[in-house]
Amino acid sequence: MSESISALPGMRYSGLVDLAEAGPQGMILLRGDLASAGLVAAVKKVTGAALPDVRRVSAGKGGAAVAWMSPDELLIFGARAQAADTVAALEKALAGQFATVADVSDARAVFTVTGAQARDVLAKACPVDFADFPVGSIRRTRAAQVPAAIWRTGDDAFTVICFRSVAQYMWVLLTTLARPGGEVGLYR
Amino acid sequence: MSHRLPHGGRLIDRSRRLDLTFNGRRVQGHAGDTLASALLAGDQMLMGRSFKYHRPRGVVASGAEEPNALFGLGTGQRFEPNQRATTTELFAGAQVTSQNHWPSLDYDIGAVNNAFARFLTAGFYYKMFIHPRPFWKHVYEPFIRHSAGLGRAPEAETRDADRYEQLYAFADLLVVGGGIAGLTAARAAADAGKRVILCEQAAHWGGRAPVDGAVIDGREAGDWVEDQLAALRTLPNVTALDRTQCVGLHDHGYALAAQRLADHEPGADKPRQRLWRIRAAQIVTATGAIERPLSFAGNDIPGVMLASAMRDYLVNWAVVPGKRVVVVTNNDDAYRTAIALHHAGVTVRAVIDARPYVTGALPDQARALGIRVEAGTAIRQAEGGKRVTAVELCPQHADGAKASERIHCDAVAMSGGWSPVVHLWSHCGGKLTWDEGGAFFRPDPDRPPLGADGQGNVIAAGSANGAMAPGDVLADAHAAGLRAVGAPDSPAPQADSVAEEPLAPVWMMPARASYKLRSKMWLDPQNDVKVSDVQLAAQEGYASVEHTKRYTTLGMATDQGKLSNINGLAVLADALGQPIPQVGTTTFRPPYTPLTIGTIAAEAQGPIFQPLRRTPLHGWHEANGADFEPVGQWRRPYCYPRAAESREDAVKREITQTRESLGLLDASTLGKLLVKGPDAARFMDMLYTGMMSSLKPGKCRYGLMCNENGFLMDDGVVARLGDDAFLCHTTSGGADHVHGWMEDWLQCEWWDWKVHVVNLTEQFAQVAVVGPKARAVLEKLGSDIDLSADALPFMDWRDGRIAGIPARVFRISFSGELSYELAVPAGQGLALWEKLVEAGAEFGVMPYGTEALHVMRAEKGFIMIGDETDGTVIPQDLGLSWAISKKKTDFLGKRGMERSAMVAPERWKLVGLETLDGSVLPHAALAPAEGVNANGQRNTQARVTSTYYSPTLGRGIALGLVAQGPDRMGEVIEFRGDAGRMIPTRIVETCFHDKAGERQNV
Repeated sequence: MSESISALPGMRYSGLVDLAEAGPQGMILLRGDLASAGLVAAVKKVTGAALPDVRRVSAGKGGAAVAWMSPDELLIFGARAQAADTVAALEKALAGQFATVADVSDARAVFTVTGAQARDVLAKACPVDFADFPVGSIRRTRAAQVPAAIWRTGDDAFTVICFRSVAQYMWVLLTTLARPGGEVGLYR
Repeated sequence: MSHRLPHGGRLIDRSRRLDLTFNGRRVQGHAGDTLASALLAGDQMLMGRSFKYHRPRGVVASGAEEPNALFGLGTGQRFEPNQRATTTELFAGAQVTSQNHWPSLDYDIGAVNNAFARFLTAGFYYKMFIHPRPFWKHVYEPFIRHSAGLGRAPEAETRDADRYEQLYAFADLLVVGGGIAGLTAARAAADAGKRVILCEQAAHWGGRAPVDGAVIDGREAGDWVEDQLAALRTLPNVTALDRTQCVGLHDHGYALAAQRLADHEPGADKPRQRLWRIRAAQIVTATGAIERPLSFAGNDIPGVMLASAMRDYLVNWAVVPGKRVVVVTNNDDAYRTAIALHHAGVTVRAVIDARPYVTGALPDQARALGIRVEAGTAIRQAEGGKRVTAVELCPQHADGAKASERIHCDAVAMSGGWSPVVHLWSHCGGKLTWDEGGAFFRPDPDRPPLGADGQGNVIAAGSANGAMAPGDVLADAHAAGLRAVGAPDSPAPQADSVAEEPLAPVWMMPARASYKLRSKMWLDPQNDVKVSDVQLAAQEGYASVEHTKRYTTLGMATDQGKLSNINGLAVLADALGQPIPQVGTTTFRPPYTPLTIGTIAAEAQGPIFQPLRRTPLHGWHEANGADFEPVGQWRRPYCYPRAAESREDAVKREITQTRESLGLLDASTLGKLLVKGPDAARFMDMLYTGMMSSLKPGKCRYGLMCNENGFLMDDGVVARLGDDAFLCHTTSGGADHVHGWMEDWLQCEWWDWKVHVVNLTEQFAQVAVVGPKARAVLEKLGSDIDLSADALPFMDWRDGRIAGIPARVFRISFSGELSYELAVPAGQGLALWEKLVEAGAEFGVMPYGTEALHVMRAEKGFIMIGDETDGTVIPQDLGLSWAISKKKTDFLGKRGMERSAMVAPERWKLVGLETLDGSVLPHAALAPAEGVNANGQRNTQARVTSTYYSPTLGRGIALGLVAQGPDRMGEVIEFRGDAGRMIPTRIVETCFHDKAGERQNV
């Protein structure tokens, strides 16, 4: 059996920030009533994570993380190899409830943006106020012309998620905006 | 002559020499110069030719309002027309060319127009070029295009050498303008802890105050500005941007500001410009004021400039445009220029003041210095050609029939008072009020632009708000900054102000000037509009200022009338016998100054001009010579031509081999929407025309989707995954639209239905394995699915593994052949494809592209959304009634397709078409019918929707919509080909190949 390969394996760039394609990443979409106790319990049971607040990511066991994506949608991060098992476990835990679970690990591309100028670089592409964006926040927005989700994983570290088909666009976009000479100094 | 003084110049660094070339001639400048100051220092007074009359023109202003000194800057990939000399910073090696002259700036043939000026009056184009009609295209337009216009566009094939970018920023307060007002407002808000963005259009801060010699809190204005700026820069909540022009205010506090990062150092390894896209809760416009010219005859001759500009050139760059200067004014402020010139050792011949009594402190100071002051006096006319040589005087109240005196001079400084820069305030709905005392429009604080909450979100501050004296400016701006962020009161910076006497509104000089003089008084030098033109427009019935603007071209083009508008509408008001506020202003629209296309496009160029969507197999296609075509934002292989093979031959080869043995298609772009929930079946029955609720898990069904009008919108195969789950395949280009369509119905109409839609399009790579050997190759790869015809019949699907890769296998066919579509996780798509290519080698496996796909489906008579449909076609037109359920009470489009026009028997319907000679019909060909329609156009009876050469049949085949087509089987009609050639064509059934469907059912 072959392994799933990510959109742009091993791509790296250093400019105003460090950019890297994050490699295979387990991502599971869960749609349902986020206020229902059954769903909250299922998420807790399978991932160990509490239900995240609006626009937040909550941490679970074994590196799992649960992100709020919309009023009825979560995105669950974990190891790529575990994704199928997690889907099965969630479906079992949610049996009988109106909820939909789907493995979207391969539908997305994931990049990391790290460095003191990460917010400045992302602000060139995303109409987002990064001053109102604490660590542990996630936001669905756009990066220039494509949809994207931005997750702040650390003071100077962000994860950018986009559709797999536009991974190349995202990569060229980020490397273009991170070219030396384009320093901004907005976020200090 | 125009020259540089041996000392002074607060903005220049004399130790750093920077040279430029002007029309090939070398001119010396210094770091800190603008193009205008360097050229004036080099006695280059003549800087361009006017738009219409080709009159000699020199620089008149020192800022963004400059109408005349517009240059072509740079060469080749960095050439840019219409660059304002007054705001363009000098850089080493700048190559500058003047515009709108032929053959040379000094000797211009177009100036002959000047002699015919009396024929080139307002509305000239409208009146002159209307008849005879053909003359417009062949005579007038080419002539006008050649002789009029300013800069030329860059050469068509050059590409901008620079990079550009945008930046999204957010602030509690945006302060526009880095003069003492902007600095004060920004400081007031910043000290209250608010997030502030402050932008200044120039490379230096402080605006006019350091030039005018203001003293603030006991410090020279220049020093005070430095202190303020240093303090602001230390604050983490302040972003201070120089070289940043706020060009527009838009809805809800959205502002655009263009930052020049490398205009002054071309070739530097950084973005040339950055467009800031700022969302601010509040905005303070501290945009200052612009001095108005005076309308006297000959006021456009080089050497006549604004009094404030002359002062700027003197103080900032130590440049004086003449040795003997006449100042003409209607106010006290211009005396500052006279005094400054005098102190710099320049002879001020006289101050000509239109006011009958001149008693202010500044005039007294001038008199005390021995400067002659003439009250109640006008300039009758300025004399000179390429440079002013003298002025004639007469009383201001006179008609100017005779001159009272003539004064030789080589420069004239004029001041008609000041107008607040109200553009940004006005962009988003802020209203103006007429200020009688200052004779200007200023922002009406009671009618500001409104934000999202319906409250005012813009405050004008300082001279932009009509506060002209430094002390008033500071108090006003400080209050504005506090108010904008709701901060408690605190003391404002203080400045002493010299008392000034009121100005006298002077819109024409002399007041009763004759037509001859009025026809030489320029209101808008950029567009060659004179006082007489506006008066003529009024005489001809142009009562609206907006109409007058368009009729005369007053206030158009690159400067948008920054100097001319108020003077022009005052003349119009006078001609109409109305008060100025009743006439009003023209509409202020963004951008305040021109914005480069580069900043608008930003990073969207070259490889990221637009997102290109790539399938997981894209790299393989590229490596294997695919010839791509766009499908939505996707790129799909059209075919895979081999060395020296034509596209046509490649397509033939791909089809033949697929039909004879084995082909592979990358079908990953197909939309894949998961519809799941207790109400999924009910929802599916509403979305599709057919019955989907009766579909059994494990089965597939072809479905049509219509919009409310019944028009066919999308199609595809639906697989039932379980009792509560369906997978909907959509067209490649339609996936996102259909997804949005489904969400729309679920969120807005059927919000209580328990259905989720998840777009899984990109989760899967999908590969169609097609041809008689399709089963053989899959069995060779190994699968835990029984792929036999009995176990997995046509229109079934199974989950399992192929070659160890988790796969969903659909037994569906768009080619008429035995066919399996395999959906595997996108990250394993390439592995699957490569295994198929390897295992298929013994069958001569042939990857095929979209053209082979199209031809094969047309051979089978299968429709293609976008070919057979165009938004006016219902399924019944395409012979697809079988896919419309008659049992359902409702579905989207049901009522639409029952309307009388939709069931009319004369509708055009889909048939097959075969030319009698076997040729391929031209794309979209029409078949004429007898007679003409109501517009006198030939009637038609048919159109071709798809047309191909079929290698399977060895002839051209086509599908088309024909009036009552299915009733006319066997009839021969004629389609019109190239050059009117008629092509006899037989109407046949839509399916050309394997009508019984035996090949796909094996």
